Amino acid sequence: MEFRFPVDTAFAHLCRTAGEESAGVFTIREEFMSFSNPTRRGLIKTGAIASASIALPTYLRADGHTGFTNAPQGDTVTLGFNVPQSGPYADEGADELRAFELAVEHLNGEGDGGMMQTFSSKALDGTGILGKKVQFVTGDTQTKSDAARASAKSMIEKDGAVMISGGSSSGVAVAVQALCQEAGIIFMAGLTHSNDTTGKDKRANGFRHFFNSYMSGAALAPILANEYGADRKAYHLTADYNWGYTTEEAVRSSTEALGWETVNAVKTPLTATDFSAYIAPVIQSGADVLVLNHYGGNMVNSLTNAVQFGLRGQTVNGKKFEIVVPLYSELMARGAGANIKGIIGSQNWDWSLEDKLGARYTGTNAFVQSFGTKYGFPPSQAAHTCYVQTLLYADAVTRAGSFNPCAVVEALAGFEFDGLGNGPTLYRADDHQCFKDVLVVKGKENPENQYDLVEIVEVTPAEQVTYAPDHPQFSGGSLGTCNPGA
Amino acid sequence: MFGLNKKDGGLLLIVAFLALAAPFILNPFPEGSAMAQFNAGYPDLMQRLVIFGIFAIGFNILFGLTGYLSFGHAAFLGVGSYAAIWMMKLLTMNVIPAIVVSIAIAGLFSLLVGWISLRRSGIYFSILTLAFAQMSYALAYSVLTPITGGETGLQPKYNDPRILDAALEPGQSPRANLFGLDMKASSELEIGNWIFTFNTGYYIAAIVMLLSFYLSIRIFRSPFGMMLRAVKSNQQRMNYTGLNTRPYTLAAFVISGMYAGLAGGLLVAMDTQVGAERMFWTASGEVVLMTILGGAGTLIGPVLGAGFIKYMENIVSKINKSVLEQWFAFMPDGIEDIMITLIYPFVGKGWHLTLGLLFMLVVIFLPGGLVEGGQRIGKAFSRKKASDDTTDATKTPAE
Amino acid sequence: MDAILLQILNGLDKGSAYALIALGLTLIFGTLGVVNFAHGALFMIGAFCAVTFSKMLSFSHIVVDETKKDFLGNPLKVEVPYIHDLFGVTTGDAIIDWAVPLSILFTIPVMIGIGFIMERGLIKHFYHRPHADQILVTFGLAIVLQEVIKYFYGANPIPTPAPAAFAGSFDFGAMLGFEANNIIYPYWRLVYFAFAAVIIGAVFAFLQFTTFGMVVRAGMADRETVGLLGIDIDKRFTIMFGIAAAVAGLAGVMYAPINSPNYHMGMDFLVLSFVVVVVGGMGSLPGAVLAGFLLGILESFASMAVVLEFIPGINQIIIYLVAIIILLTRPRGLMGRKGVMED
Repeated sequence: MEFRFPVDTAFAHLCRTAGEESAGVFTIREEFMSFSNPTRRGLIKTGAIASASIALPTYLRADGHTGFTNAPQGDTVTLGFNVPQSGPYADEGADELRAFELAVEHLNGEGDGGMMQTFSSKALDGTGILGKKVQFVTGDTQTKSDAARASAKSMIEKDGAVMISGGSSSGVAVAVQALCQEAGIIFMAGLTHSNDTTGKDKRANGFRHFFNSYMSGAALAPILANEYGADRKAYHLTADYNWGYTTEEAVRSSTEALGWETVNAVKTPLTATDFSAYIAPVIQSGADVLVLNHYGGNMVNSLTNAVQFGLRGQTVNGKKFEIVVPLYSELMARGAGANIKGIIGSQNWDWSLEDKLGARYTGTNAFVQSFGTKYGFPPSQAAHTCYVQTLLYADAVTRAGSFNPCAVVEALAGFEFDGLGNGPTLYRADDHQCFKDVLVVKGKENPENQYDLVEIVEVTPAEQVTYAPDHPQFSGGSLGTCNPGA
Repeated sequence: MFGLNKKDGGLLLIVAFLALAAPFILNPFPEGSAMAQFNAGYPDLMQRLVIFGIFAIGFNILFGLTGYLSFGHAAFLGVGSYAAIWMMKLLTMNVIPAIVVSIAIAGLFSLLVGWISLRRSGIYFSILTLAFAQMSYALAYSVLTPITGGETGLQPKYNDPRILDAALEPGQSPRANLFGLDMKASSELEIGNWIFTFNTGYYIAAIVMLLSFYLSIRIFRSPFGMMLRAVKSNQQRMNYTGLNTRPYTLAAFVISGMYAGLAGGLLVAMDTQVGAERMFWTASGEVVLMTILGGAGTLIGPVLGAGFIKYMENIVSKINKSVLEQWFAFMPDGIEDIMITLIYPFVGKGWHLTLGLLFMLVVIFLPGGLVEGGQRIGKAFSRKKASDDTTDATKTPAE
Repeated sequence: MDAILLQILNGLDKGSAYALIALGLTLIFGTLGVVNFAHGALFMIGAFCAVTFSKMLSFSHIVVDETKKDFLGNPLKVEVPYIHDLFGVTTGDAIIDWAVPLSILFTIPVMIGIGFIMERGLIKHFYHRPHADQILVTFGLAIVLQEVIKYFYGANPIPTPAPAAFAGSFDFGAMLGFEANNIIYPYWRLVYFAFAAVIIGAVFAFLQFTTFGMVVRAGMADRETVGLLGIDIDKRFTIMFGIAAAVAGLAGVMYAPINSPNYHMGMDFLVLSFVVVVVGGMGSLPGAVLAGFLLGILESFASMAVVLEFIPGINQIIIYLVAIIILLTRPRGLMGRKGVMED
């Protein structure tokens, strides 16, 4: 449908079209276009619609220069960093924000350049992105999908952000990813671990660097069998929401494949704070391993409760009782205090990776050095993934030579890189998920300092955690095609 | 006008003017200026302002008129949203069926909850409604995941059935529309350094809000509204006169539940996704706060309260340290640092602190909410004018 | 059988936390007629009193250790608590270990102080305002309090362990003749239960057996008449508010080792404790305590795997479901008085 208003020269001079591809678009003929101010925020679709307005389909007419949402105008480009600043994950969000600020600094050629020196792609040169200085806006997701979308929309509609990144939960990641797909913006997911983000809810405009539930299960199982034996009986406590389900499924299926038996799996409410009622029956069940599919405050509390109940001192079926936490983070380890000692889990990255395991993980030290110098403490894995995502986006834009989301998607899909701290990594084209080595870690018994909370047990190589794009745990979704927006 | 008296008609006109001119009013600062941070005239926020306005108007019909304080209204909004998104997934991306069904489903659900909860009054009623809402939230987030999407919520996907719509072309994503009119379509008007955005979705939501506002005025002024006020002032006496008040309170409850459903449906129409957090008790608490903050029992108060809270949430939370640095860049370094240190705790991640402080200040100093604040300002002006006109002729009572 | 016994134990423990918070809430409501949404925040502040106190104990100066390296490769800065200098390492560590129980002594004056300030500075002005205003202003206060805590302590939970002496767990099974290790229960939770029982008993005794308590009870029943008798009820109410704040604070201090404190733990408890108060019956202290234990035990039963197999998700909603059933069968909760908060 097309809407034309009577062309009054004076009025038309004031009006600019900013329509979306399909309907309700005002169209103006070339002779009335205003070219007065080309440095507007990206939302304004300047001129050059040209004579196209007569014959071409609407979406081509929207913006002749660029053909996509929020095309950066002038000499700056705006990125949107949408992280939890209130609610239980506020500290994680704060760390993500620090990493984003650092990444922007490095992109703009300030600071020591961090991982840009070690990154295998040398397209970035510290002059911003495509010569445009990087600016950023921030918002609060509150770890609620509604609030996260409201915040992301304001970045898109008000600030003209061309890429959104950040977040600390899969609910938020999926919601914002869907929004970015509709709006024609690139979404570089922050911390999101559920299979769904690149499984049933994957979108062409969304990319995830962080690992996922399946990878945690696949990485953990062999090491668990190695450390604790292949004839264990596991009891799962699972957070009662999507991420919990996918994590339980992943850990169950990969441990059962190695001979473990799952005695029971009980779902616990997200809002629970005291897990004693779930922990107490574990011993009676005859299980000798407890798997806590919990994250954040849930995990801190359930682990603390489990240790209080003396589970770790027990001997069941002639074996020492063990506790496993599939997804680990530094902040959770700090919250759990001494209770975390000796507990096995998996991580996407750790700041001590390069020191411990050598040059394969190059980039780690460069990042830790510049983050640590600026903020005085080592970065968390959430910070790492956000920093890397920002660099990857900037690099993809530079290689593509365009901010157009479709060009960026093309540049990132199937991209192989190295030197960003995780070793050789592939951004798979089928689902926009990164494939790289997964760390299996253990709470450190005798920390040397307050940041030295985990020790690396082993690194499971990428091949072992790679799965087919149509794996049943990821079924039901479709990437679709990239959307450049208006 | 429209069966309203002069005062109400004037109020309706004012609200209509504010709603229609919102793109101008909310964007008072030129682009690129330091104050542009405070501009709220972008589509998403304008839509949220009017939609939560509708939610609060509906809530006020129950709370403002009958005095029954429901702590579970977010459940109706959530149920309405889920109904709407399913219509979009199954039937069509046209918003009309989505909104109609969301009102109907929310109405049915509120009938059930109201029928049970209204057996009790006072805080017992509040806790009953809270219990229903919390159960809805907990179940939607967990065991009902197959229907509600749980943590990750629901969004339309391009491979949904949508039996009434033609198949999407590859590369197209499903878009909410009104008979082809895209909710997201906007056009912009540029005057000097100002840019004003006119969004289709916003104007549809604003028109619905005006209709809801009009309906609420009619309810307030009707014999039915009178009956509800009587319930508030003394239910016992009403009962003694042999009148059964339950049908009246239940009707008010269902009407306000339908308003909530309408708001939920509109939220989906403007931004096609639903998450279960929409039904959490804090969301129910939010509408209570909006209503009291604006002025419970007044016509326009709830709309003001809704605008106030949503504005804070979306604008203040986005002010980060580098924005502050920009603002105070003109100052000498030392003073700049002091200013930033002073203000930083209250903005960005500290926006909750500002919100909490403002709640307290408004309640302490303006018992009647923002509306009372407006009245006081109005009075101060008119008194000044009066004293200007008649200088010594009038004797104001000693204060 | 042993599974049921275990869940009763669990329920008693959870119930004692609910009961303590609900008790304070009812005290404030019953005496002052104020609906205090900031009560959860007082609980949270109590827990952070434990955090603050243990931080104060381990207040340290920095010694640079050249032999060790920090994460950037610079010489490690080791923090040495002053208390080590004062009492030696062993005694110093022992004192730090006992930080949580010791912080009770710190918490009581702090909480009573906060209670006084709150009542005199804010709540006092809201006695004659509608309940809706009270809710709004105390809710605003709760947000402010928790944001202040967040500003200083961050959002991450802070581990606050119980003394090592209480770290183990007690084997009830062996004592009652069941299989060993079948019914074990952490010592600290037993301490918490006993502590809650003592506090609840003390509050009841105070109200029942002292003249002060008698006046307060009279004031709860009919404030106006007591005022007419020439008794300065306001002053006593201020003291009651201080006591209620202290009860919430103590509940929080002792809860810190059970769940690591974070800034929003008050909000997590707030809604549940309101449900508890209302199910118990507005204005009834025994009702609040009874409902606390009842809901705690039912919640524990609903969490059992056997139950969840039959009714999935029942653990999510049991408290609300029970609240609805009770309120529909008993109009004023378990022990509520007529006419309180019914309009």
